[in-house]
Amino acid sequence: MVATKEAQQTVEEVSGEYKYGFVTEIETEKAPKGLNEDVIRFISAKKKEPEWLLAWRLKAYAKWLTMEEPTWAMVDYPKIDFQDIYYYAAPKSAEDGPKSLEDVDPELLRTYEKLGISLKEQEVLSGVAVDIVFDSVSVATTFRKKLKEAGIIFCSISEAAHDYPEMMKKYLGSVVPVADNYYSALNSAVFTDGTFVYIPKGVRCPMELSTYFRINEANTGQFERTIIIADEGSYVSYLEGCTAPQRDENQLHAAVVELVTHDDAEIKYSTVQNWYPGDKDGKGGIYNFVTKRGACRGKNSKISWTQVETGSAITWKYPSCLLIGDNSVGEFYSVAITNNYQQADTGTKMIHIGKNTSSTIISKGISAGKSQATYRGLVKVLPGAENARNFTQCDSLLIGDLCGAHTVPYIEIKNPTAQVEHEATTSKISDEQLFYCLQRGLEVEDAVALIVNGFCKDVMQNLPMEFAVEAQKLLGISLEGSVG
Amino acid sequence: MLEIKNLHVSVGGKEILKGVNLTMKSGEVHAIMGPNGAGKSTLSYAICGKDGYEITEGTVTYNGKDLLDMEPDQRAGEGLFLGFQYPVEIPGVSNMNFLRSALNSQRRYRGGKDMPAVEFLKLVRAKAKELDMDAEMLKRPVNVGFSGGEKKRNEMVQMAVLNPSLAVLDETDSGLDIDALKVVSDGINRLRSPENSILMITHYQRLLDYVVPDFVHIMADGKIVRTGDKTLAIDLEEKGYVGLGITENAA
Ligand SMILES: Nc1ncnc2c1ncn2[C@@H]1O[C@H](COP(=O)(O)OP(=O)(O)OP(=O)(O)O)[C@@H](O)[C@H]1O
Ligand SMILES: [Mg+2]
Repeated sequence: MVATKEAQQTVEEVSGEYKYGFVTEIETEKAPKGLNEDVIRFISAKKKEPEWLLAWRLKAYAKWLTMEEPTWAMVDYPKIDFQDIYYYAAPKSAEDGPKSLEDVDPELLRTYEKLGISLKEQEVLSGVAVDIVFDSVSVATTFRKKLKEAGIIFCSISEAAHDYPEMMKKYLGSVVPVADNYYSALNSAVFTDGTFVYIPKGVRCPMELSTYFRINEANTGQFERTIIIADEGSYVSYLEGCTAPQRDENQLHAAVVELVTHDDAEIKYSTVQNWYPGDKDGKGGIYNFVTKRGACRGKNSKISWTQVETGSAITWKYPSCLLIGDNSVGEFYSVAITNNYQQADTGTKMIHIGKNTSSTIISKGISAGKSQATYRGLVKVLPGAENARNFTQCDSLLIGDLCGAHTVPYIEIKNPTAQVEHEATTSKISDEQLFYCLQRGLEVEDAVALIVNGFCKDVMQNLPMEFAVEAQKLLGISLEGSVG
Repeated sequence: MLEIKNLHVSVGGKEILKGVNLTMKSGEVHAIMGPNGAGKSTLSYAICGKDGYEITEGTVTYNGKDLLDMEPDQRAGEGLFLGFQYPVEIPGVSNMNFLRSALNSQRRYRGGKDMPAVEFLKLVRAKAKELDMDAEMLKRPVNVGFSGGEKKRNEMVQMAVLNPSLAVLDETDSGLDIDALKVVSDGINRLRSPENSILMITHYQRLLDYVVPDFVHIMADGKIVRTGDKTLAIDLEEKGYVGLGITENAA
C-alpha cells in the first residue's frame, strides 16, 4: 500500500516536471499520441480548468488503468490500441479542410443532396471554410439571448467548469459514476467537449436545444460529455447529432451523457447518429461506445430517449433510466439500422426504484447486408418499487439472408406487484410487399425506404418534427443497395 | 396496344404458361376466365414483371416497347396497373403516403414534377368518395386489417388515382358484396376510354353484366383455348368448363 502511494507520488513529481516540459507543447495543437497523466494535464491546461477537475480526471485515469475492456457485447473488432490515439487536438483550422465543395467526396455530396441539405450547410458539414460560420454565430447568439432571458444555461462543458463550478461539482459523474464501465472511466479522464444544460424551476424551454447551434465552436468531439439538469417542473427537448454524415477522422468515440430530472420535470433526448459506418467491405468506420443514463430523481418526473442509429461500424450503447422518484416514467424508443458489415449492440436499462414507476421500451432493429444487430435490454424492479410497470416491444426486420438480429432481454423482478410485458417479433421484407410497391411505380430503393419507415413508425413519430422528416430520408439512404 | 406473342413462363422450374397469344388495342376491354390453376394470375404477374416468373419464350410489347426488358416500376411508369388478387399489407405506411409516393414516382418517370400536396389531397379524397370509401381509411396503413372486400375497393381507389392506360384486374370482383360490386364496376367503367385498355380476370359472369367486355378469353392449362364475345361468358355460366369441352388438359 505504502509502496503504491510512494510510487504515485513519484509519478506525480516526475510528471510535475514534465508538465513544464510541456509548456511549449501547450502552444502546439496536438497532445502527443497515447494516454498518460501528462496528456491529461495537458488537456486540462488547454481547457484552463480548475484544479478540482484535473484531480477528478486523474482519479478517473487511475481507475481506468485497473479496468478491462468489456467483451460481453455481440460485437467483434480488432483490439483497440489506446496508446495509438490522439486524445487532444485543437479544432481544425480552416486551411486543413477542403477549399470548396469541388474538393469534397462526390458520394458525400450526393447524400447531402438526397437529404435536401442546402449548399451552405453542405459546406459547413463537409468542413469547407465559409462565411456561414458567421451566420451560425449570429443565429447562436440570438438563441442564447433568448435562453438567457429564461434563465436557461446552455454552454459547452468547458465553459460550465469555469462559470458554474458548483453545479458541475454536484452533477458531473453523479449519474454515470467514473467507474461505471471501461469507456465511462476513459471518457472521465479525457473528455474534451460536450454540452451543459440547466433548466431552472418551472421553465419550459422555449425551443428545441440542439448542438447544431454550437457548430462554430463544437467540432464533434471524440470524447464528449453532456450534462442536462431539469429542475422542478421544467421541460426541455434536446437534439443530439445530425442526419448528415459529418467529416470525422477519429475512429474511436466514447461519449458520456448524464440527465437529471427533479420533481415534475421532463427531459426528452433525441439522437440521430450517422457516423461513418465503414465501406462496403467493412473497412474503416467509427467505433461508438457510449454511456447514456438519466436519473428521474424527482417524483412524477420523466426521461424519454429516442434514438435513430444508422452509422458507425460498431455501436455499443444502452441509454438507461433510473426511476427513483415515485410515479416517474422512463421511455426508450430506438431504431437501429445496420448494413454491410456494421455491428450494433444496443438497448436500454430501466431500473425501477420508486413506487408506481413505469417504463416503455420500443426497439426496432433493421439488419441488411452482412450486418449483425443485437437488442440487449434490462428491466429491473427493486424491492421497494411497488406497482412498477414495464412494456417492452422488440421488432426486428431482416433484409436478405446474410444478416442477423438477436434479442437479449434480461428481466429481474424483486417486487411481486410488478407488471412486465415483453413482445418480440422478427420479420423480413417480403417479395410480395416489394413487388406491390414496384408495381405501383416506386423504385426499389424508395420501396425499401417506405417499408422500413412504416416498420419504424412507432419510434419515428416520437422525434421532433423537423428531425423526423430528415431521419426518414436517412433510413432509406442507409439501406441503399441492400435489395436487388 | 398490348401484344403478347407465344409467351412461355416458368415458375420454380415448372412451366405454367405454355404459349399465350393475346392482342389488346387501345380502348378495348377483355376478360379472361378459366379454371383454378389455369395460369391467369401467372399471366398478370408476367406482364408486370414479378421476380421469379421466368420468361422462357415469347414477347410482350406495349405501345411498341418491349416490356420484358423493363423493371416492374418502369412498366408502371409506362401506364401499367395490376389490381392484385390478394392485395398486400404494408404496416405503418398510410394509404395516403403510399399513393402519393407511387403517383409522384410515376410522374417523375414520365418527366413530370411531383403533384402539389393540396392538389393530391383533393384528388384522393374525390376518388375515395367516388368509390364509396371512408376518408378515414386513407389514413390507415395500406390494407392492414382491411376486410377482403375493403382491400379490393382500395385497389380500385389506387387505380383511380394512378389513372393507368392499361389495367390488369385479377379477380377484383371476388369477395365483394352486391352493392360493392356495383360501385367497383362503376369505377372500372370510369377508367374506360378510347385511350385506356382493361384486362379483367374473373370467375363470374356477373361482373361482365356491369362492365361489358369486347372480348372474352378462356384460359386452360397455360393457354388461351377459346375466344369470343360476351356471349361466351354467358355460355360458360350455363354449361361450365366441362360442358364447353374444356378440361384441365384441354391443350
Ligand atoms: N411458385 C410456384 N411454384 C410452383 N407452382 C406454382 C407457383 N406459383 C404458381 N404455381 C402454379 O401455377 C399454376 C397457375 O397458378 P395461377 O395462380 O396463375 O392460377 P390462376 O389461373 O390465377 O388460378 P385461380 O383462379 O385459382 O386464381 C397453379 O397450378 C399453381 O399451383
Ligand atoms: Mg389467380
